[in-house]
Amino acid sequence: MSTPQAVQTSPITGPGTKPVIEIDHVSKEFADFTAVKDANFSIVEGEFFSMLGPSGCGKTTTLRMIAGFETPTSGAIRLQGEDVSRVPPNKRDVNTVFQQYALFPHMNVWDNVAYGPRAKKLPKEEVAKRVEELLGVVRLSDFATRRPGQLSGGQQQRVALARALVNYPKALLLDEPLGALDLKLRQGMQLELKRIQREVGITFVFVTHDQEEALTMSDRIAVMNVGNVEQIGSPREIYDHPASVFVAGFIGQANLWVAKVVERTGSTTTVEVAGRRLDVENDRSGLQVGETGTFMVRPERVHIDADAAHPERWTVAATITELVFQGPVVRYEARLADGSTVVAHVPARRDGLPIPGDVVKASWSDDACVLLPGVPAPTKSDTAADEA
Amino acid sequence: MTATTTPSPTASPRPERRPLTSRILGLWAWLVYLWLFAPIIVIIAFSFNKPVGKFNTAWKQFTFDNWLHPFNKPEYRDALVTSLQVAAVAVVIATIIGGLMALALSKYDFKGKGLVNIVVVLPLTTPEIVMGSSLFTLFFARNIGFGFTTIVIAHVLFCISFVAMTVQARMRGFDWALEDAALDLGSSPWRTFRTVTFPLILPGIAAAALLSFALSIDDYIITSFVAGDRTKTFPMQIFNANKVEIPPQVQVLATMILMFTLGLMAIGAWRTIRRTATT
Repeated sequence: MSTPQAVQTSPITGPGTKPVIEIDHVSKEFADFTAVKDANFSIVEGEFFSMLGPSGCGKTTTLRMIAGFETPTSGAIRLQGEDVSRVPPNKRDVNTVFQQYALFPHMNVWDNVAYGPRAKKLPKEEVAKRVEELLGVVRLSDFATRRPGQLSGGQQQRVALARALVNYPKALLLDEPLGALDLKLRQGMQLELKRIQREVGITFVFVTHDQEEALTMSDRIAVMNVGNVEQIGSPREIYDHPASVFVAGFIGQANLWVAKVVERTGSTTTVEVAGRRLDVENDRSGLQVGETGTFMVRPERVHIDADAAHPERWTVAATITELVFQGPVVRYEARLADGSTVVAHVPARRDGLPIPGDVVKASWSDDACVLLPGVPAPTKSDTAADEA
Repeated sequence: MTATTTPSPTASPRPERRPLTSRILGLWAWLVYLWLFAPIIVIIAFSFNKPVGKFNTAWKQFTFDNWLHPFNKPEYRDALVTSLQVAAVAVVIATIIGGLMALALSKYDFKGKGLVNIVVVLPLTTPEIVMGSSLFTLFFARNIGFGFTTIVIAHVLFCISFVAMTVQARMRGFDWALEDAALDLGSSPWRTFRTVTFPLILPGIAAAALLSFALSIDDYIITSFVAGDRTKTFPMQIFNANKVEIPPQVQVLATMILMFTLGLMAIGAWRTIRRTATT
């Protein structure tokens, strides 16, 4: 990946503007590798902030540094302006929902939730008041006397949430909390988490490797890869204007070609792709004339045959090589004249769809084109990365 | 058995009958149980025997006399008291040190951990006769007076190993994220240990303590080397006197120890059952 600096598109989109957590040039080195390289961003009040990336990208290490379980090798972590880099976890005003929930198996739900306020030596009535309130928020008031082992995965998840929120932390840290749930439950919990976040108004810092989850829930997403923060922005920005080839491939799927910049006028850049010229509007790549970058089109923006004659569209002849029915869409792979592959997601109509071997017109409109700095991985021109 | 629970309409109804192999297996199991428990049954039975002469080895007549006067033989009573005292002190010391060792060995990675793991096992694998004579030499050379203290030191030695290994085995798979969770919620490290770690490893520690109690009460070889002339434990008393007499009080006291141990184990089992029932 040739984009060392994170591109900060629109620093603030959350409801507040006050930074709660500041990650100030933080690096974390372990004995044999660097987990986080110079992470530098802040998370604002009331925001749902996600750290997204494949395993080993440094997202969990960053979260653990915010929680206090790891100490930064360099840089500082500030919590509402106060440097907490070396403050132990039990003296930090943030709470964590752990990946496997880490509920205390020898205590019932009520005692689990009461653990935090009791640790803080709050008076009995206050403890009871808070526990009742939070059990209400997560809708588990009827389960107060159950042990964690008697609850379903989703219920355990909600106990973990209540337990972490009961201290009214400045930020709630969530470490892949939905990873252990099955798909249906996970989708339900995504909405539930959003509801709870709106209800309590606390900043959520959410770690996940699931791009769909991040897109669904976040106000802003930090995309991380091998220790680097590649891009920070709203889901829409990250999807429509990825800052790097990695982000383009990791968030959703992408057709990527090597492109050479031949002309720049204003925000429109003309590039040469697969032996043809086309314009990229609203270009943010920063590439200069003569430089090589990556040209990207999302598969759902690629049309096969339909309205091929539309003058606004860039059209190319292609041979269908593969057809996969995926439910709402049909996924096509087609080979272009220069040997490169284009992937298209076409709405699954009942009939009239081309089949492998057909020669078709693949096309897309100008606003579907995005130019990225850096070149795609050399092994294949199409790095449509399927994220399960 | 499963075949008979889903009868097909065409199959003729037949009485449920265990196959021959299953019945042989059952019989075999009972034989093994008999093998295991025969000595214990004999001890309990002979505690109710009215012996002829000094040796309670031939069945004569049923009596409650022995149980009514279990402490009639002061030398056996005193020896048992000594044994219980040694066991109590040794188990407490060994459980604390061994438990902490197990905690360190399961929680942390440190230099020389592999070596420590080997050293921990050594006292259990060393032949008791070697261990006993070595300790004798050591205490003798240091001019330490033999007696209660030396017995306790020796018992702590092999009990530590036992506790460390048992507790470590029980802690395998302990979810250390629970400690993180407690700290994260604002609990101090000490409170975290007290309210989370300790209650969760307590069953393992209790089991280890119980087993080391049994080891300590039971030990003859090492004890006989380090006891000196004046201190006698229960096994020593029986062993030293068995050429001269085996009074029924031996069986009575042995049965008492057995009942005590079984009682503790029953409490442990009952608690576990109750917990799983509510979990």
